[in-house]
Amino acid sequence: MLREGEVRIPSGCAISGIFSKKGKMLNGRSIIDSIATMHDRSNGLGGGFAGYGIYPQYKDAYAFHIFYDNTSAKLACEKFIDKHFDVINLSKIPTKKVAAITNEPIIMRYFVKPLPNRLKESQLEENEFTVQCVVKINTTINGAYVFSSGKNMGVFKAVGYPEDVGEFYRLDEYEGYCWTAHGRYPTNTPGWWGGAHPFAMLDLSIVHNGEISSYDANRRFIEMFGYKCTLLTDTEVITYIIDYLHRRLGFSFTEVSEIIAAPFWDTIESMKPEDRERLTYFRNAFSNMLITGPFSIMVGFDGGLMALNDRLKLRSMVVGEKDDMVYIASEECAIRVIEPNLDKLWSPKGGEPVIVTLEEGLK
Amino acid sequence: MDYQYPEFEVVRNADRCIGCRACERQCANEVHYYDADLGKMMCDESKCVNCQRCVTLCPTRALKIVKSDNTFRENANWTMENIKEIYKQAETGGVLLSSMGNPKPLPVYWDKILINASQVTNPPIDPLREPMETRTFLGQKPTEVKRDENGKIVNNLSSQLKLEVPIMFSAMSFGSISKNAHESLARAAAELGTYYNTGEGGLHKDFYKYGPNTIVQVASGRFGVHKEYLEAGAAIEIKMGQGAKPGIGGHLPGTKTVGEVSRTRMIPEGSDAISPAPHHDIYSIEDLRQLVFSLKEATEYKKPVIVKIAAVHNVAAIASGIARSGADIIAIDGFRGGTGAAPTRIRDNVGIPIELALASVDERLRQEGIRGNVSIVVGGSIRNSADVVKAIALGADAVYIGSAACIAMGCHQCRACHAAKCNWGIATQRPDLVKRLNPDVGYKRLVNLVEAWNHEIKEMMGGMGINSIESLKGNRLMLRGVGLNEKELEILGIKHAGE
Repeated sequence: MLREGEVRIPSGCAISGIFSKKGKMLNGRSIIDSIATMHDRSNGLGGGFAGYGIYPQYKDAYAFHIFYDNTSAKLACEKFIDKHFDVINLSKIPTKKVAAITNEPIIMRYFVKPLPNRLKESQLEENEFTVQCVVKINTTINGAYVFSSGKNMGVFKAVGYPEDVGEFYRLDEYEGYCWTAHGRYPTNTPGWWGGAHPFAMLDLSIVHNGEISSYDANRRFIEMFGYKCTLLTDTEVITYIIDYLHRRLGFSFTEVSEIIAAPFWDTIESMKPEDRERLTYFRNAFSNMLITGPFSIMVGFDGGLMALNDRLKLRSMVVGEKDDMVYIASEECAIRVIEPNLDKLWSPKGGEPVIVTLEEGLK
Repeated sequence: MDYQYPEFEVVRNADRCIGCRACERQCANEVHYYDADLGKMMCDESKCVNCQRCVTLCPTRALKIVKSDNTFRENANWTMENIKEIYKQAETGGVLLSSMGNPKPLPVYWDKILINASQVTNPPIDPLREPMETRTFLGQKPTEVKRDENGKIVNNLSSQLKLEVPIMFSAMSFGSISKNAHESLARAAAELGTYYNTGEGGLHKDFYKYGPNTIVQVASGRFGVHKEYLEAGAAIEIKMGQGAKPGIGGHLPGTKTVGEVSRTRMIPEGSDAISPAPHHDIYSIEDLRQLVFSLKEATEYKKPVIVKIAAVHNVAAIASGIARSGADIIAIDGFRGGTGAAPTRIRDNVGIPIELALASVDERLRQEGIRGNVSIVVGGSIRNSADVVKAIALGADAVYIGSAACIAMGCHQCRACHAAKCNWGIATQRPDLVKRLNPDVGYKRLVNLVEAWNHEIKEMMGGMGINSIESLKGNRLMLRGVGLNEKELEILGIKHAGE
């Protein structure tokens, strides 16, 4: 059977997210409870989480989470890491036996910093250097797959129902100011754990529910800029587009949403001149990064979270607020189960981003 | 002795014919005549080109034109066509001339490509109920973001063409086609929010008012090119080649160089307008760059420059060179592209299918990371809205239609444009024939055609779950091949149906 990356697999999904604007440390238990409520939106073929603020003791180091199919892949990869990075700490990621989670690969965690001489030689800045190293590992070291590479954040994912995946990774032992979760309903068996979501690149992590119809237009465009879509998933290509627009071109997340979920021309034409000009420019200059077809995504980044629907809102997504807490989920029940008394609950319009960030000075 | 036997037979139903002589009046080839002694209509079939004018206008439907079933002894190698062409050349010593696109039974890849639709995992969208967008901009796209001191985004786009539909009318010169045909195209382009193309014959004074919807062409003959002309259009197209006759320049027979045509072209009446094969100031890619920038300088960088080439074997490398030449748009013309006159051997044997040329150009420009430098427009031949969808999914930004536009105006593809006696008033300059094409009707038929196609494009896009044309562009996963071999699929960059 073909493994994910060798075949494109459409998926339906559940997503959920929790964010504390005051930077309160939230135990991983609550995100498991939230995503578990939407059990029927997954089919046991993929689940995962991203937590932000979970590694305060190593917050200046990149945290690599890596799957290895075998020990030779591990040896080859560690040799590569040693050559390029200063390894501050390494360990197996703690897991616990869960009956529903089987066939686990070797799962390692490394806290690393680029070697100064290597970095200088590369003439790249730190983030780009790290990205290129991660891409190198993922595309050239057979059996090694870096699935998380940001600072003070981490992705945890596996083949299974998300609540089982959360138990497996012992998420109740982590605390963070932001959590996102994903339950997957793929139409095919992904074949390996790398296909589960979130998909992450540096501190950017994405959970996505949908099947975008612009996939190959987006993929073939973004691959011009050094990205290589190896998983053939929507989430992967959306991550690369956001990385390109935000990190490389310097667009704000609001601007990113205006490009990838641009309003219809009718709407643009009724806007005030300044907005009309900007959006017309975006739709002309960056039209290849317009994403069409159903999606609801949550984009986690250092100090913030963005939720966005496709411009026709072909996927459900609701947002709830309580004091400094923001909850986002595919279904209201996933919010109510962890916070029954909300101050506010609403369903954002298609293409209308919801962006929450840590309060001033907390990052 | 003339060895030619007529290709067609005129079949007249005597019970229906009322002797009104409409056929006689309509036929510029003088096929029909009335024999007063016999008191009935007669014909000289040897002059018939099968343009269907008499058939269409016969009030009693008494006429049909059929292929003659007279045959030579059958031979799969020495076909009747091969033999007759030899007779013709043995009689005249001339180069065989033809018109319109390559009619040979070579593969039409469009017909071996199928389009996707959404089922279950992703909803199809209905253009009657949801917005569906086909607006497209052609021109270079930036790779950098510019902001002013307040952080506001600065529009750093160079000049662009804005198309409400991804379809433009391709180059057909005033001369090769009539003034009424040009007026029809210009008015249709204006109403549709798209562009028509002057071709290499200059721009008639009466049509300067359609300038915002006009692409003015600069070809190797430089007919009708002057500053005012360059400034009149929305874009300038440098014609390096044409799909129907790659490697040679345009041909306008002297019979068409009359009156306003000669004035617009700035050449003497009755002279054959034979454009040189190359531009004599472009012998290489670096020369092209100079012409691109000369034209930009002349028009103060207000107009995008299109470079039109014929689809030839090395098209991907050529396009890659053009994308680095400062051009804003590359137009590629496939080997089935039409023409008003071309040597038959060249029309039928030189060049490659547009589908393969487009796929390899788009892929090459992406590999080189320069796809954003240029937009790609393809023509030759786009026959219907499904061809448009497939072209865009393969990677085109928009398409050119020429033959389809002529057909909308009445052309029946008789392929005798070079004879200058077009009974439909399109490819002729004879005033009595030209007036048969009423621009009020011609333009409306063009608008109808493009609007109908655009609606079909939206239906197909909606089926794929795509609500904006930019998400279709280069989206090859939406295509599958049928009956294609591995190599063809590899070049087209698509999978086989069932994969």
